[in-house]
Amino acid sequence: MSQPIRLKDHEKDARLVRSRVVVGAVAVVLLVCVLIVRLYYLQVIQYDYHSTLSENNRVHVQPIPPTRGLIFDRNGVIVADNRPSFSLSMTRERAGDWHQVLDAIVEVLQLTPDDRALFEKRMKQGRRPFEPVPILFELTEEQIARIAVNQFRLPGVEVVAQLVRHYPQGPHFAHSVGYVGRINEKELKTLDPVNYSGTHHIGKTGIERFYEPELHGQVGYEEVETNARGRVLRVLKRTDPVPGKDIVLSLDIKLQEAAEAALGGRRGAIVALDPRTGEVLAMVSQPSFDPNLFVTGISFKAYAELRDSIDRPLFNRVLRGLYPPGSTIKPAVAIAGLDTGVVTAGTRVFDPGYYQLPNYDHKYRNWNRTGDGWVDLDTAIMRSNDTYFYDLAHKMGIDRLANYMNRFGIGQKVALDMFEESPGLMPSREWKRATRRQAWFPGETLILGIGQGYMQATPLQLAQATALIANKGKWNRPHLAKTIEGLPPVDENPMEDIVLRDKSDWNKVTHGMEQVMQGARGTARKASIGAQYRIAGKSGTAQVVAIKQGEKYDRNKLQERHRDHALFVGFAPADDPKIVVSVMVENGESGSGVAAPVVRQVMDAWLLDEHGRLKPEYATPSVAQEPAQ
Amino acid sequence: MKSNFDRMLSSEDVMRRRATFLQRIHVDGPLLVLLLTLAAGSLFVLYSASGKDWDLLLKQASSFGIGLVSMFIIAQFEPRFMARWVPLAYVFGVILLVVVDVMGHNAMGATRWINIPGVIRFQPSEFMKIIMPATIAWYLAKRTLPPHLKHVVISLVMIGVPFILIVRQPDLGTALLILASGAFVLFMGGLKWRWIISVVAAAVPVAVAMWFFVMHDYQKQRVLTFLDPESDPLGTGWNIIQSKAAIGSGGVFGKGWLLGTQSHLDFLPESHTDFIIAVMGEEFGLVGICALLLIYMLLIGRGLVITAQAQTLFGKLLAGSLTMTFFVYVFVNIGMVSGLLPVVGVPLPFISYGGTSLVTLLSAFGVLMSVHTHRKWIAQA
Repeated sequence: MSQPIRLKDHEKDARLVRSRVVVGAVAVVLLVCVLIVRLYYLQVIQYDYHSTLSENNRVHVQPIPPTRGLIFDRNGVIVADNRPSFSLSMTRERAGDWHQVLDAIVEVLQLTPDDRALFEKRMKQGRRPFEPVPILFELTEEQIARIAVNQFRLPGVEVVAQLVRHYPQGPHFAHSVGYVGRINEKELKTLDPVNYSGTHHIGKTGIERFYEPELHGQVGYEEVETNARGRVLRVLKRTDPVPGKDIVLSLDIKLQEAAEAALGGRRGAIVALDPRTGEVLAMVSQPSFDPNLFVTGISFKAYAELRDSIDRPLFNRVLRGLYPPGSTIKPAVAIAGLDTGVVTAGTRVFDPGYYQLPNYDHKYRNWNRTGDGWVDLDTAIMRSNDTYFYDLAHKMGIDRLANYMNRFGIGQKVALDMFEESPGLMPSREWKRATRRQAWFPGETLILGIGQGYMQATPLQLAQATALIANKGKWNRPHLAKTIEGLPPVDENPMEDIVLRDKSDWNKVTHGMEQVMQGARGTARKASIGAQYRIAGKSGTAQVVAIKQGEKYDRNKLQERHRDHALFVGFAPADDPKIVVSVMVENGESGSGVAAPVVRQVMDAWLLDEHGRLKPEYATPSVAQEPAQ
Repeated sequence: MKSNFDRMLSSEDVMRRRATFLQRIHVDGPLLVLLLTLAAGSLFVLYSASGKDWDLLLKQASSFGIGLVSMFIIAQFEPRFMARWVPLAYVFGVILLVVVDVMGHNAMGATRWINIPGVIRFQPSEFMKIIMPATIAWYLAKRTLPPHLKHVVISLVMIGVPFILIVRQPDLGTALLILASGAFVLFMGGLKWRWIISVVAAAVPVAVAMWFFVMHDYQKQRVLTFLDPESDPLGTGWNIIQSKAAIGSGGVFGKGWLLGTQSHLDFLPESHTDFIIAVMGEEFGLVGICALLLIYMLLIGRGLVITAQAQTLFGKLLAGSLTMTFFVYVFVNIGMVSGLLPVVGVPLPFISYGGTSLVTLLSAFGVLMSVHTHRKWIAQA
């Protein structure tokens, strides 16, 4: 029964498909015509153009590397520029037997087999066919002449002028600006192959690394016609590269030099910040090194010398040096104590020279073994009284303490634009359980109150914690770049400001820090003698080797490298802070005796004019009169 | 009843007697001649493009032999038999694609291959190139035409699953070809113009909205380079600039066999695979390419004739789709090398070097031959 209907349908279906076959056939014919028209255009209309190109000549696309952005200090002094330099490059496809040509180069320039091995390695890093690979940099006039005379023996070899990074300030900014170096194989894998097709150098550390995308710019290219020997005959099409952005640093070269001078020849670190903005004014890590060595490739011997030096010049102490903050953390701990209500400004603690936990024998010593008697908050900061802070930390407990210290930036990356900053360490119950599989002991909280124990911070973090006190809790991430092509850097991940229940707590702690400098019994009063402005500061000592219970620190028994590190943090003018300085002197022993004068010198360099008077822009009515001694 | 049966027998006898030798072994003469011509031409061009590499030529010739055998075997199966087994093959193919997907992602890298060492090694996506249109043809042949919306949607789901799996490999070129092969079945089945137009019309605003509201700058950049490779002359655009110069410098008559310069000097990295038409264009000129296009059009014409004459709906839809998809290969490849279309990895059928694509293509022609040569017997059923 269904047969006839099915057959009828079948007939209709067949017609439908047949009509679609016709449509398909028409489409095929039309599209083939499109192809033929395109080929006609290429092969007939544009024939002359293409055939001239191919007549013994070759079309080539050459990348034009962008000029790397310049770096200036805050006054416009150049810190990183690009210098024309001649390098020798070779194009493998044009050299014929390139191993033989390498032999010829080595012979002509009278180089060593080591150099030849290096050339061979560099040749293997070539990325595209027909790419000239630079194999030797910074050619001398004589080398250029030798190559010119022997050019006939060196097919595919050219002397190329290119811009190479140069750091005119030498070691001054090696740890902040960093340096560029040749792109290595690992970097090659992650780089954008197009944008870096003409670039041979890349930022390795510091600002050069952090702002690599901004500094590099966008590659340009030109389509050129070359003859069979690779000589460029004419440019067919050119797209200009977009040069990298210029960066103005917040660093001040004069302050940087003054800070280095203040440190003398000692190993150590200095950070100077403007607390109102987070701008880093000086960043010293001594000893330093000459970044220019790394640009065109440092010799293995020179590198090994830097790397293995006991003074560790390559080590960035400001960003990577981890030290127990010692007493420099006490102002922040005091803020935590006041804000949690554990203490008030009037709370007094009796100091017999040690502190004991109930039911424990262990005596936690004050640095002053004879004891300071009854101490309140102000005195505790001024005298750096350990007993008071043991008591405060014990009452507060580890959880609240860790929380406040984190908000002050301890255990956090604080910088906005610095490469490989260490986060430091603020221990907590969770941290100890996770890393040591142990419960938290109350005694560990006590020593955290005086900045010892597991706590570790970088000089930069100490500067930032101090800047927060100077700035009454307002967070500005420290940054090195003032502007990038005129625009300030943007903080994508801002920290939460520290808002206290009672704002006047900031003044209470600041007053204590002023007493450190200017008070009659202040631990660093010597460092402020003759100052034109009031300073708020705090000293600290970071132990290098542990001292046993009941034993005394005896400097004569310790090797020089095992002596304590001296720390000092401070800001000035105390009532309207314009500069925060944090200093760490390696094995300097005394925070107030060694580090504090360094802080003072840096502040003087920033706040005083050439006649030794306070610069008018930093003068405020309250510091017009002679500061009290 | 008996007389009817007798007549049937006798008429079949007549048919049998009329059937030529080729028809009896289920080979279509015109198609075979055209395919052998292409194969011979391919070896010529490859010899030049590969820099006179005899090993490569030998490999290509043997792939062609394997392809012919597979074409011959496939041509022996009746279309009815194919229709019966296609759904199972489709499920099997999707499972293989899922396996590839899972394995590839476990191995932290994309892979397109099923590889059982020493036993077999093949790409499930190649398999799907034939199974995909066959499945949709099987599905639609049982429905009324033009297809209802419900059937269209179900077909689209059947096309979509393998498509997404292949996109994830990632192999966008193959995925699009498989998508096209399924879509062509719908087209041949008389998909209403109204729907075709509205899908195209809807795609435009969606794409615009994606561009402005969804895509990141770097994704836009990728799309732009994809659409206009010459804006990226240091990357993919390099090939296009070189291939255009090679084709253009060939002129009307070409520089002559083995005499191309552009394509021989490492300027063209894929001169013997996807970009082989540039070598042809340079050495044989416009005339050479037109001759090639003529052979392709004859092949396609024969395919469309087979489509029109096929006596089952399944055969019609499948033959039509395979033929049109074959044309897409040709158009996309030549369009890409001559700088008309974006660069997607599609080889030039029968000319580019590569065994896998050769075997798949010849298998597809085996299906066409089967559809055409089994028609007399089917007529009696």
